[in-house]
Amino acid sequence: MGEIRIEAVGKAYKQYPTRWARLREWITPFSRPRHSLKWVLQDISFHIRPGEAVGVIGINGAGKSTLLKMITGTTQATTGQIEVSGRVAALLELGMGFHPEFTGRQNVYMAGQLLGLSVDELTQLMPEIEAFAEIGDYIDQQVRTYSSGMQMRLAFSVATARRPDVLIVDEALSVGDAYFQHKSSDRIREFRKAGTTLLIVSHSRDAIQSICDRAILLDHGRIALEGSPEEVMDFYSAMLAERALDTIRQERLACGKVRTISGTSDAEVVDIALLNAKGQRVELIEVGAAVTLEVRVAIHVDIPRLVLGFLIKDRLGQAIYGINTHRINQALEGLVAGEEVVYRYAFEADIGKGNYSVATSLSRFDSHLDTNYEWRDFALIFHVVNSRKPEFVGCASLDAVLQIERTGQPCVAKN
Amino acid sequence: MLLSLPRAAWQFRGFILGSVKREFQARYQNSLLGALWTVINPLAMILVYTLVFSQLMKARLPGVDNGLAYSIHLCAGILTWGFFSEMIGKGQAMFLENARLLKKLSFPRICLPIVVLLNASLNFAIIFGLFIGFLLLSGNFPGWVILGVVPVLIIQILFSLGLGTCLGVLNVFFRDVGHLTGVVLQFWFWFTPIVYPVSVLPEKLQALVLLNPMAQLVGAYQGIFIHQQWPSWQSLWPCAVLALVFCTLALALFRKRAGEMVDEL
Repeated sequence: MGEIRIEAVGKAYKQYPTRWARLREWITPFSRPRHSLKWVLQDISFHIRPGEAVGVIGINGAGKSTLLKMITGTTQATTGQIEVSGRVAALLELGMGFHPEFTGRQNVYMAGQLLGLSVDELTQLMPEIEAFAEIGDYIDQQVRTYSSGMQMRLAFSVATARRPDVLIVDEALSVGDAYFQHKSSDRIREFRKAGTTLLIVSHSRDAIQSICDRAILLDHGRIALEGSPEEVMDFYSAMLAERALDTIRQERLACGKVRTISGTSDAEVVDIALLNAKGQRVELIEVGAAVTLEVRVAIHVDIPRLVLGFLIKDRLGQAIYGINTHRINQALEGLVAGEEVVYRYAFEADIGKGNYSVATSLSRFDSHLDTNYEWRDFALIFHVVNSRKPEFVGCASLDAVLQIERTGQPCVAKN
Repeated sequence: MLLSLPRAAWQFRGFILGSVKREFQARYQNSLLGALWTVINPLAMILVYTLVFSQLMKARLPGVDNGLAYSIHLCAGILTWGFFSEMIGKGQAMFLENARLLKKLSFPRICLPIVVLLNASLNFAIIFGLFIGFLLLSGNFPGWVILGVVPVLIIQILFSLGLGTCLGVLNVFFRDVGHLTGVVLQFWFWFTPIVYPVSVLPEKLQALVLLNPMAQLVGAYQGIFIHQQWPSWQSLWPCAVLALVFCTLALALFRKRAGEMVDEL
């Protein structure tokens, strides 16, 4: 249960040169086709095993929604085969099938029945749906009096009232306020733990990396890359900066990670190191140690303005800390070919134990999306250990100071 | 394969019944008189026709000596025609009107024609029930012969369901169909002996009008209610065949184009 198998799937829309062409094609027996096909997806094959979580990313128009629609069955594939086993729930368009003139409760029944639940099941699930949506007495009010957030919450609660074998989520779905977003993503995580296969479309690095086992990058209707979420997200960020795939390089590192380098290479990081207080290169540091990140940059072409940024990421690829020279008004100007610049960032490593990587970016302005000289993921990898401070969890070392007060008389039990 | 459509529809029976209920309620949700409007509309129409034709224009049904005969003649035709035209009108628009649903949710598309059918049947049942009540009260109830209505209705339902679904599918690809349907229904109404008895027409025209399947069906209803005659099966079987042809055509068209339909919405 919960398997998705997609083989050589393609989707094309028919385009007719004139309005009459379709009529002519329909009524002429054995007519030659009078339409041309416009392919939006081509040659898509992948396999999602039961219980796996896979993220699909790609720029707008890459074909993500069409792919999801074909998997959920609203649209038919033009070529290829799609097999999905088990009960599928799709959070594509929340609130579909809601009617504004009816009460929340009536709409829950309608929407639930559209999802294939029976009235009895819905009656049974009702208390839970109400509780999860947290809309209180509004459940018996007409939906048109709801705020959009309330509508979304109710819709999400219905759609996820029963754990499906396959859950398909479009990220456009940020349901309600921050509180409910947490609650909904917790529910998705719970499903995942319980064995639900997950297919997520998202632009958010965090969402994909924190929940997915694998990611698929769609570009121009084809699979551009399939691999670990980190690797694919790195490639995707680089792609966004480049908009042309050919200047992106990926190298496989000894540790098995994939380093993505993109940019014009007008400037280049030639050396990067983490130095301890004594100025020695280190890869292993203590929590809270004073260290310096030294980055040596070679300028190959005359550059009007240069900004160096770095980003420390944890083992899941989530951002821990990042800053660039633009933000501290230290951008260099008028650099000439042949120059070499050394940057030293000193900081105290007040971060939790674990493995971290450093990505560097050389750009003209604040964002590397504008002019990207070089973006280098996994430029450096280091480890943080904790042997001096009390054991703590989390990625920030906050050195919380404790104070305790005990008051009140102890109660003496009688007899 | 043949059973897959009914099975899918059965699985979604909750959705179908819910939609019918909802559409019925939605129509009167914010009106003070509520479901009364289902009755008021056709009643007004019958009143207008009765006044204009039987009182002002002194139209009388030839060979029948009953003051109410013309009203019964009108009701038998207008109520059943209303059922027919609602099925066609709603049928041709059903896929376009539910475009949002069709594009975003996966459910058996066959549910939509069924919803249209049940909705129209519900409205018809209400008004037809009142009509029967009126016949009983005024002492014009035809007796056992009323059972003859059942097979005629079945033929009419199949005919309108098949035709409506065909138009519905075609309308997705050629939007002209929707506009055309409205125009054709206007003409069709007057080409069917509903307001006038077929006998007032010249002989030649009578033969022509009787080629119209709806004329045969409406004629059968009028026969039952005015002359207490069982329908003539000979005149009905071409209609039955035509109904089956349209149903088969609708099913074939639906099967072939259901997938492509979503792309055009």
